[in-house]
Amino acid sequence: MSEITLQVNNETHVVDVEPSTPLLYILRNDLDLSGPRFGCGLGQCGACTVLIGGRAVRSCITPTSSVAGQAITTLEGLSQNGQLDPVQQAWIDEQVPQCGFCQNGQILTAKVLLANNPNPTDAEIRQGMDGTLCRCMTYYRIQAAIKRAARTMAAANEEVNA
Amino acid sequence: MTSRRDFLKNTGLLVVGISSASLASAQDAGPYPDIDFHQLDSWIVIREDNTATFYVGKTDLGQGTGTAFRQIMSDELDIAYDNTDVVMGVTDITPDQGGSGGSDALQTDGWPMRRVAAEARRVLLSLASDRFNVPVEQLSVSDGVVTVTANPSRSITYGELIGGKRFNVTLTGDRVNDLTGQAPLKAVQDLKMTGTSPQRFDIPPKVDGSLKWAVDVKVPGMVHARNVKPPTAGAQLVSIDESSVSGIPGFIQVVREGNYIAVVCEREEQAIQAARQLKAEWKKPEASPFPPSDDLHSFMRAAEPTSSGQPSFEGDPDAAFAGAAKRFEGDYFVPFVGHTAIGPAHAMADPTDGQLTIYSNDMKSYGLRNGVAQFLNMPADKIRVVWMDGPQAYGRTAADDAGFEAAYLATKLNRPVRVQWMRDEETAWDTKGPAYAMRMRGALDADGNLIAADQDFRAIDYNHVGYNEHDSVLIAQLTGRRRTTPAAGRASVSTDSYAIPNRRFSTHVVSLPLIWETPLRTGNLRDPDGPQVTFGSESFIDEMAYQAGADPVAFRLKMLEAGTGDDDGFRRTRSIACVKAAAEAYGWDTRTSPKPIADGDILTGRGFAYSYRSQTIAAEIAEVEVNRRTGKVWVKRIVCAHDCGLVVNPVGLRHTVECALQYSLSRALHEEVAFNSEKVTSVDWGSHPSLRHSDTPEKIDIILVNGDPNPDRPDLPHYGAGEASCKPLLAAVGNAIFDATGVRIRSVPFRPARVLAALNAATA
Ligand code: FES
Ligand code: FES
Repeated sequence: MSEITLQVNNETHVVDVEPSTPLLYILRNDLDLSGPRFGCGLGQCGACTVLIGGRAVRSCITPTSSVAGQAITTLEGLSQNGQLDPVQQAWIDEQVPQCGFCQNGQILTAKVLLANNPNPTDAEIRQGMDGTLCRCMTYYRIQAAIKRAARTMAAANEEVNA
Repeated sequence: MTSRRDFLKNTGLLVVGISSASLASAQDAGPYPDIDFHQLDSWIVIREDNTATFYVGKTDLGQGTGTAFRQIMSDELDIAYDNTDVVMGVTDITPDQGGSGGSDALQTDGWPMRRVAAEARRVLLSLASDRFNVPVEQLSVSDGVVTVTANPSRSITYGELIGGKRFNVTLTGDRVNDLTGQAPLKAVQDLKMTGTSPQRFDIPPKVDGSLKWAVDVKVPGMVHARNVKPPTAGAQLVSIDESSVSGIPGFIQVVREGNYIAVVCEREEQAIQAARQLKAEWKKPEASPFPPSDDLHSFMRAAEPTSSGQPSFEGDPDAAFAGAAKRFEGDYFVPFVGHTAIGPAHAMADPTDGQLTIYSNDMKSYGLRNGVAQFLNMPADKIRVVWMDGPQAYGRTAADDAGFEAAYLATKLNRPVRVQWMRDEETAWDTKGPAYAMRMRGALDADGNLIAADQDFRAIDYNHVGYNEHDSVLIAQLTGRRRTTPAAGRASVSTDSYAIPNRRFSTHVVSLPLIWETPLRTGNLRDPDGPQVTFGSESFIDEMAYQAGADPVAFRLKMLEAGTGDDDGFRRTRSIACVKAAAEAYGWDTRTSPKPIADGDILTGRGFAYSYRSQTIAAEIAEVEVNRRTGKVWVKRIVCAHDCGLVVNPVGLRHTVECALQYSLSRALHEEVAFNSEKVTSVDWGSHPSLRHSDTPEKIDIILVNGDPNPDRPDLPHYGAGEASCKPLLAAVGNAIFDATGVRIRSVPFRPARVLAALNAATA
């Protein structure tokens, strides 16, 4: 066991754990976060996704010690000043989730996709989201929500620039 | 947080809505007697501020049934939807409606909810009548405010009338589904919320991360367990070497009984490590438990059935075959398919105070409570099950198994235990939808009419596992506490309204060599047999259309329109309406299949299939692109015409159908349980592929037909949705592949290797 300092959703936490423990268990069990969830533990599904350094990272295969000190954002930390992120808002507007269990990974992966490519084509959305699985099969709706989020984000940018 | 019971005890009424999240921390001492469903107060509580909470014994698997329950109950009660909430599936505070299953949430269980709400409205109006000294007929009510019609300045809210008090009204009816008061239901024309689409209340917390799920429940002193499953099917545990794990930090205990092993540690990652590291010696069974999955179809064809149904007849099929102008026969196959939820099975059980509280996403919380009570030999009123959201699959999933395991371990250790399966466990050991081998024979007369059909369905379903059965649940099998007599299982037949003058349906159940302690145990999976049997039957009907030189839609319509009778749900008439609506929405051009085979790598085609489930009709068209170099199939477009009677929430329904279609698409293109002759080998998302973003159709059109020929009927029923639309798509995709390529593939899934092999075989 050793002490590791984590920066999660703009808060500092010191945890005393086995350094190789996957980040997922620390976030869920020590920090009591419920956004990242266990789906496969193998890096195959995306349910455990968190944001680190602008990337969507699979916390189930990320040793905790490897992200010490880095800014980590979970689904809970995505909204700013009580305002939902435009991606989250698009998810509500399109009524995306069924059971919702995978949607943490869908939302955060889409967030990174749009940050890197604000106006993705259908093919780019399929490509960029392909490794994030949903067993309720909300794919069609997710893709609609990503396009909606792209539109609202573009409109908001125009307003800022106007 | 105070419990419903405490409120009733302390104040004589229930004042707050109970959210699942706060339930997790509520430590009520039992006992937990059943809620008396005859009491109106068990279903509806109205507070002084004119808000209401509904208590229903159902669960919501993410299809918006909770929202729909609020809509129908608000509608009958005449209260604003926004001033209501709903509590679902908590065994000690919601009346037992059995939980979810069979897409019957609205079809069956919606009725008592509506009648209870209507009765509450009647009682409230009579209270207002007494208060104003005005006959009920001279009162009007809207959004929970009762007004004297002639003098609108005289009004009173429901909250003022009953808030803080109980109804004390006893309803009648022996069973919960028969429950009724004195009040009649509103006529369909008078329903206001029904048919509108308020957004689902469960979505914002699922999107902002605030929802607490069953996987999130933590209580002081809770420890983590992981199972160690037999390495091969039917293996017997010889010995374990506890010293192989006792040095792991946080190690608490290895629990072993018979062939069941669990390791328990303080922390989750420790339990995972211990389960991986535990040294155990197992002995394989003498005989092979099953044939490899590649041989399953031939195994099923050759197997001696364990039981056969009495064939159902129309006309004289044998004579019709003998005199036919053209005869056809085909063998079809659908493999085992798993539920494989996105998150593995889990539950947490807390034995504090000699009671047991189980937190679970099991869709049948009451069944879980009763089953665990029997399994642990505990009085049922010492156990409660708190249903919470979870990674949902449909049917008899391993959530049942995990619930029993958590309860067993919690009582064994006498402390709260959380158990969760690992990915390979879930994918390998979750119950399977039965594999089907189907032999279809058809005969045409000289004019191309289908004059006889002989349809034979065999399912591997011997020893089918039921819901929450204390003597068939996996831990009962592994610990040697299972029953001795296997369940007979069942084979189903396809459903359509075709007029085929001579027809025979036969069914057979067959068995694998190993039926206990096997990962290939069958249990209900979404429908549960419809996608399989409809694949056989609707592929076959398509082949008969080809044999007859007819357009596949015209061929079917002719058989539907040749019928003369109908049932009280107008199922045949509504089938015709759906078939036509799908064809029209797609822009179906009448021609025979296959279309002339084009040049180039990509071949396109369209296929049709239709079926019904109970009274719900689904007619579907798939448009495919087949890459003839790689064998890859992309379903570019899906059209579904759907009729489930009265629609409560159209947007919610559309999304449910949309996801059901993609679920079927996953089965059509990808899903198959793979195994060798000793164990399941499809154990993760690599070896058990599922639909992905890149497979998503470009366009999905859903047409809500709701073509009741008598739409003004005041009691227009709501039928089940969700599962009917899963049925036709496998066949529609296969029929489209035939249309595109001229090659008929009679087994799913249509993975690239299978498609390519079929294309190559056809050109060889
Ligand atoms: S749980 Fe991490 S990718 Fe599946
Ligand atoms: S919404 Fe249920 S797994 Fe994606």
